[in-house]
Amino acid sequence: MTTTELRNAPRASAPRRRSFGRWFGDTGWRHLVAIVVSVFAVFPLLFVLSSALNPNGTLTGSNALFSRIGIDSFWRILADPQNPYLLWFGNTILIASVTAVASTLMGALAAYAFSRMRFTGRRFGLITIVVIQMFPQLLGAVAIFLMMSAIGDVFPAFGLNTHIGLIMVYLGGALGVNTYLMYGFFNTVPVEIDEAAKIDGAGHARIFFTIILRLVAPILAVVALLSVIASFSEYLIASVLLIDPENQTLAVGLVKLVSNPRYADWSAFSAGAIMAAIPVVALFLALQRYIVGGITAGAVK
Amino acid sequence: MAQTSTTRRPASRGPAPDRQSVRSLLVKIVLLGIVDAISVYAAFALVLQDNWVVAIVVLAVTALVNWIYFSRRLIPAKYLTPGLIFLAVFQVFVLLYTGYVGFTNYGTGHNGTKQQAVSSLLASSLQRVEDSPTYPVTVVDRLGELGLLVTDPSTGEAYVGTGDEPLAAVPDAEFEGRKAVSAPGWTSLSFQDVIARTEEITALAVPYSDDPNDGALRTPDGSNAYRYLSTLEFDEQAGSMTNTQTGVVYSDIGTGAFVAEDGSELRPGWQITVGFDNFIRAFTEPSIRGPLVYVTIWTFVFAIASVFLCFALGLLLAITFQNARMRGVKYYRLLLVLPYAFPAFLSILVWKGMMNESFGFINQVIFGGADIPWLTDPSLAKVSAILVNVWLGFPYMFLICTGALQAIPEELTEAATMDGARGWGVFRQIKLPLLLSTTAPVLIASFAFNFNNFNLVYLLNNGGPRDTTTSLPVGHTDLLISMVYKVAFTGQNRDYGLASAFSILIFLIVAAIAVISFSRTKALEEIQR
Repeated sequence: MTTTELRNAPRASAPRRRSFGRWFGDTGWRHLVAIVVSVFAVFPLLFVLSSALNPNGTLTGSNALFSRIGIDSFWRILADPQNPYLLWFGNTILIASVTAVASTLMGALAAYAFSRMRFTGRRFGLITIVVIQMFPQLLGAVAIFLMMSAIGDVFPAFGLNTHIGLIMVYLGGALGVNTYLMYGFFNTVPVEIDEAAKIDGAGHARIFFTIILRLVAPILAVVALLSVIASFSEYLIASVLLIDPENQTLAVGLVKLVSNPRYADWSAFSAGAIMAAIPVVALFLALQRYIVGGITAGAVK
Repeated sequence: MAQTSTTRRPASRGPAPDRQSVRSLLVKIVLLGIVDAISVYAAFALVLQDNWVVAIVVLAVTALVNWIYFSRRLIPAKYLTPGLIFLAVFQVFVLLYTGYVGFTNYGTGHNGTKQQAVSSLLASSLQRVEDSPTYPVTVVDRLGELGLLVTDPSTGEAYVGTGDEPLAAVPDAEFEGRKAVSAPGWTSLSFQDVIARTEEITALAVPYSDDPNDGALRTPDGSNAYRYLSTLEFDEQAGSMTNTQTGVVYSDIGTGAFVAEDGSELRPGWQITVGFDNFIRAFTEPSIRGPLVYVTIWTFVFAIASVFLCFALGLLLAITFQNARMRGVKYYRLLLVLPYAFPAFLSILVWKGMMNESFGFINQVIFGGADIPWLTDPSLAKVSAILVNVWLGFPYMFLICTGALQAIPEELTEAATMDGARGWGVFRQIKLPLLLSTTAPVLIASFAFNFNNFNLVYLLNNGGPRDTTTSLPVGHTDLLISMVYKVAFTGQNRDYGLASAFSILIFLIVAAIAVISFSRTKALEEIQR
């Protein structure tokens, strides 16, 4: 395309009838790439869906995709007294949602301070938070275990084998990344908005809760969603802290269930996996609009 | 909320700039009240356990929090405090504590104080005294903890004790004949309970007195107890153990265990600080150094390859879909983000099943019954790990790149085109640098995440296939983090000290990378402004 064309008739210049070569050069190759990658993306999920619907239990029996359809395996996993699936499910939802709400709020508070206020140690604080965050909590699993059992001696409700204890550990671990992610986004909200509100007599708390939080809603959604996904999948700390089977999360329970896929009831596992994935996938698709817009700082004006 | 606060109550002092509504003040007071109540309770409980230092810290932090929120200044602190408290306890303290453990011999056989080791040694070498009198006992329970209610056959008095607490006199016990059957504060176990908890009861050894050399009482049947004495004798002055049967003296020579002259050790020992021993071992003992080196290299390869491939695939897709004339983008996008939407640990477990050598979907269906050792061949297992990780990670990068590409102003491309740049040139010179500058923090975070991607290697393949040439429980796809986990939690000998030393090394590596890249990111951001 020449510059004159671009100026005069940028869109209308597309010809009505195109040769295959033109079509392929323009959008055809795009479809090809998209289809190949989509197949790669989707086939494991089709496999697990097919095995969940397969009443036959074994891994080998699951290989013929959608050869048999039934919901027996769903009943098997729900009714298994050895594996209290429904309790795991409830525990996971509870832990993931409380963690998401609390960690998003705390991250937003911190990001607001770092983005809007100037105070001694601000830059140092930002760098420190990110560096500390680099120390993965799982490396400290021994220390966390010992500390939680000590807390449990004083405060049984917050210690080992409690959901509150696990949530507190997650909150501590997520703060750095959340703050950093939100900090970038907060910076894209013009300071003039704050200043206008300040002139109108609004205090810092009012500016934060009624103005800023609404403007940064996309990043809040993204951070909350990432938090849900992270705590949904977290295995190591949950397995160290939650001892009783009825207190455990889906990750701990289901990993135990298929520790050896060859001998496990693969269909029952798949059914459990499908049911576990539904809320996360639904949440994800519902908030997808925000994610695409909000995940990179600056993508939304 | 905004409306109510303006209509209600203009402060009596006139229009102060940060006037607070009654409601927010109430919320503040209630929240602080809850925090204060919890910490006062915690301080009480700590004081009851004689843990004065922690109690004072708790109260001091609570006072500080109250001051911050009631002060009119310190506004940044009001926003930072909630997060900082969690960060301090569950990240900074954990980090410091891990650092401390890295300088100790903490691990199997070394996980308590010297005193605990002494009583444990004495308890484990108990032998029944041949002419022990028979003590009638009743098994009692207090909040799940078992105890023995013992009647002294010579005096007829009742005593009660547990595994931790030595026998203490119970003056107001109830007797049935010459046998004490119940004591206040304790529940006596019925015959059925005794049967049900036989194992626990026969393992119970109640210390006879404060002096561990006095031995303990044990009951084989729940109704009669006998005196047991240890074959070891602890000499408090010399701090040494003597085996009364063989006469061998085991002494404390500063290695965290009682050691005989011939070098044999009594286990358990106790926890001591060992200085840099763990680090020295990690770098000098060939059986540890070898795995440490190749696991470190593989960790870098894995993290870099994962980030690069995910980013490349994500960018390719983002560019592919950046075309207004393409149809069906919405549907493709839906399919492509599914791997990201599906919980990762479940997908990893599904891949584990699919990659099974003899029964998995990939070999049986896609490769028509081939025996490709996806997870059992050392090299192929590495490829498989990266493949699964790319499957998990590319949709995220796709979303990131799409957002970042959309954020690049159209005018830039147009201007470049006017200046004569063509498609590839525009991309290479204009778009890619801008793209990298916006996505740099994400790429760094992604690298750090994959550097410690425990779930992937542990759930997919347990870090395997196992490396049989070393004594450490390490496999060919283990990352540093899963190696730490295995050294600390699996195998016969748990070595928390060595594992924590590894953790410190990982932390130093990651922190160095983070600091360097953070300053680079700042430099990149300057371009944008």
